[in-house]
Parts: sequence; structure tokens; C-alpha cells
Amino acid sequence: MKKLKVFGMAYIVLAYMFFYIPIVVLMVFSFNSSKSLTKFTGFSFRWYQGLIQDSEIMKAVGVSLSIACIATIVATILGTITAIGLTKNRRFIRELILSINDFPVINPDIVTAIALMLLFSSMNIEKGYFTMLLSHIVFCTPYVITSVYPKVRELDANLVNAALDLGATPFYALRKVIIPLIKPGIFAGILLSFSMSFDDFVISYFVTGNGVKNISIIVYNMTKRTNPTINALSTIVISVIVVLLVIVNVFSAVKKKKEIV
Amino acid sequence: MKHLKNIIRPYIVWSIIMIVVPLLLVFLYAFTVGGNSLVNIKFSFDNFKRFSDIVYLEVFIKSFRIGLLTTAICFVLGYPLAYIISRFKESTQSILILFVTIPMWINMLLRTYAWISIISQNGILNSFLNKLGFDSINIMYTDTAVLIGLVCNFLPLMVIPIHTSLTKMDKTLIEAAHDLGANEVQTFFNITFKLSMPGVINGVFIVFITSISAFIIPKLLGGGQYMLIGNIIETQFLHVMDWNFGSAISLILIVIIIAINRVLKKFDLEG
Repeated sequence: MKKLKVFGMAYIVLAYMFFYIPIVVLMVFSFNSSKSLTKFTGFSFRWYQGLIQDSEIMKAVGVSLSIACIATIVATILGTITAIGLTKNRRFIRELILSINDFPVINPDIVTAIALMLLFSSMNIEKGYFTMLLSHIVFCTPYVITSVYPKVRELDANLVNAALDLGATPFYALRKVIIPLIKPGIFAGILLSFSMSFDDFVISYFVTGNGVKNISIIVYNMTKRTNPTINALSTIVISVIVVLLVIVNVFSAVKKKKEIV
Repeated sequence: MKHLKNIIRPYIVWSIIMIVVPLLLVFLYAFTVGGNSLVNIKFSFDNFKRFSDIVYLEVFIKSFRIGLLTTAICFVLGYPLAYIISRFKESTQSILILFVTIPMWINMLLRTYAWISIISQNGILNSFLNKLGFDSINIMYTDTAVLIGLVCNFLPLMVIPIHTSLTKMDKTLIEAAHDLGANEVQTFFNITFKLSMPGVINGVFIVFITSISAFIIPKLLGGGQYMLIGNIIETQFLHVMDWNFGSAISLILIVIIIAINRVLKKFDLEG
């Protein structure tokens, strides 16, 4: 039995190495003093300096962040409202909307990407920031709906009725009763859509134009030649994501403990 | 709460315009010829007839082969990982699973780019091998490189659903099997593995469809000439500008995915 346990630990270590070695390599070489991505010649911050001075990269960071924020806000509001409304509708309409909603989730990104590209071109909308933003709302909203909808279904309808009987307006009941109870679902939806939007390459690549680029498109263009500036950019992006994820997890773990106590 | 019924109207309109219409356009383009502008289109099956061309058939076969290999490797590596994780105590499990999910939140492009510096001709792997006295290996721009990239990116998609179904299962069934005299191996194959099937099916489906439609990993690790389904779609839409043919390929991809989904769902219900 002891042997099996050792084997299990070794297996886990190997698997995590497979996941994390590329990420560690990426980060280590962002501090390399030479341009090489294979030989570490010394420690330096030169690629970080290059990053700040590169106006194209800084612009792309702005595009990625602003699109992720706006798309997440719109998708969260639209998705939450829809998830709440769905439970009040007939089964047929509910299933229909949910299956349409599944398309952007199940379809490969490339299919969603070309379908949206065809839509924009047939409507004569010039491709650029606006089309990228619309597309991000398209693929983020389904994730919000799928995370919020189960929470709305679990909701006890009597609670809402009680609030209304006690004189709450529907909006007040929504704000004070429904929203607080489905908060975990909304929170999951926000996290999912922000990261989906921030990380997206495929869809953005097909629907952008006019020189509008997000971080992923810049990275893609840079992979064609050796450029440690990408490593510096990646290191910052990865650190931000990991810190956010750890905060979220610690936060929910602490909350769980408090609930138990 | 009757009036809450109507608040889904904005999303109905939105999803028709932004999800249904675009897919109908893919249909329209796939079954017509006459250029990208939709001005003088003609109904035709010509786009599908082009698949008799051996070049395109080969791309489909290659995509399937790579997709199946990726799925098989992810299953063989992922099942033990999910199983081992599920044997730890709950708090340790959630940390271990968190570390499986973290890479998924990190841009796929970045992780693939990192593999280039590891496995390229003068990469880290080869300089490491040389130091140990071994010869260099050339895997960059081969199927092996593409498979490493795909497996590294999609393995979490296999591990997470399997782990979920392993932890959700009724543990008393395992105890019952032991009480009735089954040994570890018998219990595993007759109880644990069978009960984890929903997770396995889920994982297999997600990994397979994401890997047959991948286009960025094959492009970066397989080189510019490496063609999978995703790569021809990209070429048709952004370089050759033949949207009709590109739509036909996409339509076939959608049909394949829906078909696989159906088959696996049926399998799941029967199993």
C-alpha cells in the first residue's frame, strides 16, 4: 500500500511538471539579459522596460482590458436578467433559448468566429473595436446564463412571494431577495466571462480590423520571431490571473469555514 | 411575478441576431456559389463536391487521427491523475484541482509559445540532452510536437469531469463490493470505473472536439504547412477569401460535432 502511495505522489509531481514547466520557462526567460529563449545569460529587467516603451503593446493591453470589462458587465446584466426570466416561461421557450444559448459554448471557437465574421460583413459593419466587443458579449453571455440559471431554479419561489405579500415592489424583491440568493452564480459568471474575454484569441482574430489588436493578437504576431518582450508581457498577465484566482479561492474557503462555524 | 416573464425578450432578440442568423449565414454560404458579397448568389453543391479532392480528405483524416490520439493520451494520463487526486482528503483535493485549473485560465497561445522554446532545434530540451551526453532530438514541426501542445493544453479538460464523477459517486457501493469479497482490482473495474463513465464521456467529448477544431496549436508547433480542419477554415476565410468553401468545411465540422454529441449522449444513457 505504501508503495502505491509513493507512486501516486510521483505521478502527481510529474503531471504538474508537465503543466507548469512551460509556464515557468516563459516567466524565467522574461528576466534574461540576452535575447535568447534557451540560454539564461543573466538577470535583467530590459524586456519589461521594452514593454512599457512599446506603445503598440500598451494599446493592446488597453483594448483587452476595456473589452473584457465592458463585455463582462453587459453579459452579466443580460445573462442574469435572462436566467431569472427563463424560469417564469413555458418549458418550450425555456428549452429553446437554452439550446440556442449552448451553440457558442459547444461550437468550436473557429466556427463562432467565422459565423460572426459573415454576419458583420453581410450587414456592412466595418470590422474593428466595436465588432470585437459585440462578439465578446456574444460568447460571454451564455456562460453567465449557464452559471446563474441553476441558482435561480434552486430559489424558493415562496421567498419572493413572501416579499411581495409584505409589500415589496417587484424591483425591490429582485434587489433584496433574488439577487442576494443567486450571487454565487453571478460571481462565477463574472469570473468566467472576464477570463474568457481576456484570453480570447480565435474569435478576436477573425472579427477585428482597422489595426485593432488585443493582447492575444499581439502575442500571435510576435511568435513569428524570438522576442522576450512577449515573455515579460506573459509574466505580468499570468501573475495577475494567478493572484486573482488564489484570492477568489482563499476568499471562498474562508467563507465556507465561517458558515460551518 | 408574471411580469418577469417578459424580461427575456432582449436576449431572445439578441440571440436570434447574434447566434442564429450567423449560423444561418454559414448554411447559406455553404450551399451557394457566387463570391463573398451575396449579391448574385446561386444555389449549388459545388463546395461539397470539392471534398472529393484527395487533399481535403487527407486533412480530415489527419485531423481525426490527431484528435483521437490526443483524446486517447489525455484519457490514459488523465484518468490516473483524477483517480489519485480523488483519494486525498477533501481540503487537499480542492488545492490539487485548483492547480489543474490554473493553467486553463492562462492563455493557450502563451503556453504553446512556451513549448516552442523548449522543444525547438536549439531549445532547452536539446541543450539539456546534450549536457547529459545524448544526441539532440528533432520533434519541432512534427506530429509529436503538435500532440505535446494539444495534450498539455487539453489534459485539464479530461481530468476535471472525471474527478467530479469520482468524488460524486456513492462510496457505500465500494464498501459493499469489498464486503462481498471483491478485491481492489475487481472493485475498481466493476464499480468505480463504471460509475465514473459520465465524467469519462464528458472529458472524451470535450477533448476530442477541441482538438479536431484546434488551429493555433498545430500552426505554431506544426509549422505553417501543417494543415488540420481548423487551419483550412482559417486559410479559406482570411487568405484565399473563398468564404463559400470555408463555410462548407465549417458546416461539416458542426455536423460531425453534433453527431458525436448525440452518440455519446446515447451511450451515456444506456451505460
